[in-house]
Amino acid sequence: MALLEVDRISIQFGNVRAVQDVSFSVDEGIVYSVIGPNGAGKTTLFNLITGIYRPTAGAVRLDGREIQGRTPYELARRGMARTFQNLQVWMNMSALENVMVGAHLHLDGSLFKALLRTPALRRRDRALREESAGLMEFVGLGAYVRSRADSMPYGALKRLEIARALAMKPRLLFLDEPAAGLNPKETQEVDALVRRIAETGITVVLVEHDMKMVMNLSDRILVLDYGKRLAEGSGPEVRGNPDVIAAYLGGHA
Amino acid sequence: MSMRGRSFAGLGILALALAVAPFLVPNSYYLDLVIRMCINAVIVLSLNLLIGYAGQISLGHAGFVGLGAYASAVLPAHFGWHPLLALVAGAAGTGLLALLVARPILRLKGHYLAMATLGLGIIINIVIRNEAAWTGGPDGMPVQSMELFGHELMRDTQWYWVVAVILLLSVWGALNLIDSPFGRALRGLHGSEIASQVVGVDVPRYKTAVFVLSAVVASIMGSVLAHYVGFVTPEVANFFHSIELVTMVVVGGMASVFGSVLGAVLLTALPQALATFEGWEVVVFGAILMLCMIFLPRGLVPTLAARLRLED
Amino acid sequence: MHAEFLQFLFSGLTVGATYALAALGFNLIYNASHVINFAQGEFIMLGGMLAVFFTQAGLHWAPAFALAVLLPALVGVLLEKCAIEPVKDADTVTLIIITIGASLVLRGLIQVWLGKGAHSLPPFSDHAPFSLLGATLQPQSFWVFGVTAVVVALLWYFFSRTLAGKAMLATAYNRVAAQLVGVSTGWVLLMSFALAAALGALGGILITPITLTSYDVGIMLGLKGFVAAVVGGLGSGLGAVVGGLLVGVLEAMGAGYVSSAYKDAIPFVLILLILFFMPRGLFGGLSTERV
Repeated sequence: MALLEVDRISIQFGNVRAVQDVSFSVDEGIVYSVIGPNGAGKTTLFNLITGIYRPTAGAVRLDGREIQGRTPYELARRGMARTFQNLQVWMNMSALENVMVGAHLHLDGSLFKALLRTPALRRRDRALREESAGLMEFVGLGAYVRSRADSMPYGALKRLEIARALAMKPRLLFLDEPAAGLNPKETQEVDALVRRIAETGITVVLVEHDMKMVMNLSDRILVLDYGKRLAEGSGPEVRGNPDVIAAYLGGHA
Repeated sequence: MSMRGRSFAGLGILALALAVAPFLVPNSYYLDLVIRMCINAVIVLSLNLLIGYAGQISLGHAGFVGLGAYASAVLPAHFGWHPLLALVAGAAGTGLLALLVARPILRLKGHYLAMATLGLGIIINIVIRNEAAWTGGPDGMPVQSMELFGHELMRDTQWYWVVAVILLLSVWGALNLIDSPFGRALRGLHGSEIASQVVGVDVPRYKTAVFVLSAVVASIMGSVLAHYVGFVTPEVANFFHSIELVTMVVVGGMASVFGSVLGAVLLTALPQALATFEGWEVVVFGAILMLCMIFLPRGLVPTLAARLRLED
Repeated sequence: MHAEFLQFLFSGLTVGATYALAALGFNLIYNASHVINFAQGEFIMLGGMLAVFFTQAGLHWAPAFALAVLLPALVGVLLEKCAIEPVKDADTVTLIIITIGASLVLRGLIQVWLGKGAHSLPPFSDHAPFSLLGATLQPQSFWVFGVTAVVVALLWYFFSRTLAGKAMLATAYNRVAAQLVGVSTGWVLLMSFALAAALGALGGILITPITLTSYDVGIMLGLKGFVAAVVGGLGSGLGAVVGGLLVGVLEAMGAGYVSSAYKDAIPFVLILLILFFMPRGLFGGLSTERV
């Protein structure tokens, strides 16, 4: 049984069918990419799976259990993490604190203990700081461990979101255009980072534009166009698909 | 200096200031002022948790202060309750009310949230004014004195030490809270609610928790104020008082513990200083609000701290 | 029985017209800048107080009323220039607090200048009260309805038929697009504040013969006007009018049939209910947050 199954999912905003009847499945441990021209509905699809939107039809199953329409908070508890295309970093906190809050589900959120700052809490916080610093190193942000989030450059913030998502110790990680707005060198670094993440056993689902990166990284690829599934398969399969070529090279009027 | 180190230094300075203050003030008028500053500071601290840290807004917080104050007036006077029990009951009742309205109110954002809290505060004020049989109406009513462990708290100096200790404990608690998983999750609400949801923070629950906490603290301090002054009037729960409290948060520094204290100190003293210039007090208050938000949107303490580059 | 109901209805509609004008003012500013102007109520107060001041100073009512509308409009422009424009992209909380500060300044200044007393204007016409279907209707009420109706019609014409009006609407829908086609959005902002202030002031002048005016009427009137705007749907002109009349009538009915002591609480209970169950109001649109 696949880890994630998306079954004929659709959503409509008024008269606009942003996503229509899309189905695919993601096995545990692979890197799965979703690509397509601008406006194809990739982020909308993400938002549907990660609980930001409620589908008008279809289902999403995690470990065989239906999860569509559940809130992001509930999905986080089932091991689903994500990053955002237009950054949702907590600019009012330090970089390290951003990562620390990522581990929220594994922490003691008790108000009472917080007010008293119990020794147990203090110890856990110290360990948390170290773990979070370690995660920042892992994503290549070692230089920013002492920085405030609002003083970091765009590329670093994108990776900070990834570190935050990793702090959750997720099973499934959704990356929404992690390389958007990055220069070629930064893109390569993100590419390498995604590989490292996949090597730790986390299942990665990726939305991206950068074709080279996607072809290199992915085990399987889903191509979307106008909200519908255009093609699905391994890199070479998708690359040779005439419909895909037409969509990307402008087969539409 | 690390953040914790700075916090402890600040706490130490505050403790020192509080210890020395009663010996430095020239007469009881000023002692009264300092006591009111401390009471306001505690309320402002809890309000700042809601506004500055969690990024919500409340334009009706004086309503909660009023509920506590009138609980401490009405329950002993009309039902013979012990003042301490009345204080606890007031806090519990206020907390319950806050809990009931929290979910629907906190789903709102921005202007809608502001209006809803405003409406709540005004309704509380109107009820207090109208139920004259219980509350003495617009003229107010006297409040029995508080009894602690058999002692009646009567003199200024006794009250001073009580509120000074409460303030110190509140500042200590707030500093602990901010640097804890709960506190950081709270600050995340301000930064981005959607990101908070996505990492597993139960956003409605946290918003409710901080709303109820700040309401309960406001109620308790309302009771303290009522017992200290010995008299309550509906003014304690009016719109202007709510605005005063928000002004203290905003001027002192949003999301700043010591900013809350500073804001309370400055803006408790100000009306007294302007008392002879009736009418102008309102103008000056309004002008301060406007100038502060235009030029120092982060408030005094955070702006100063940034200037002195105490932040890393 | 019937007559009593009509009585409450008429007085509710009369004061509702003032709320409608205030609500229109809120919507104008909200549409142009997404700011809720908590000082709107003070414009209402200024209209009434200035009208009283100028007529008592010996001016004929025509220039007195004109000044009582124009001066608040100028104040509105001043407010926009000095307090809103510098911080246009700030937090909602920041903007709310700035306008609250402005309302305090205005109220305090009037209190210092003109004192705390309540004042009235003579009714616009000298007729005795009418009797209509058993209820008594003051002639002033007709003035209130009449002028409000004319103003609303003029506004409707302005926004739907003139280029300037359409430019303002365009800015409300999409500021960048409006700028790109050459609309001066700065001008639109100024006009919105001026117009909102003028509308509020006009409402204040109209209602003063009936309800008196003083330095502190602004708070309640403004807040109730805001309730009307939210009830009708923030940003909707039709909503403002319907909302205003509805709030006025409900308030009058509640005061008459339930309890007059809690008259002031009714709009606020209403707004809590609306915000809990129908936050978009009667005619408001939907919106989603793009992630």
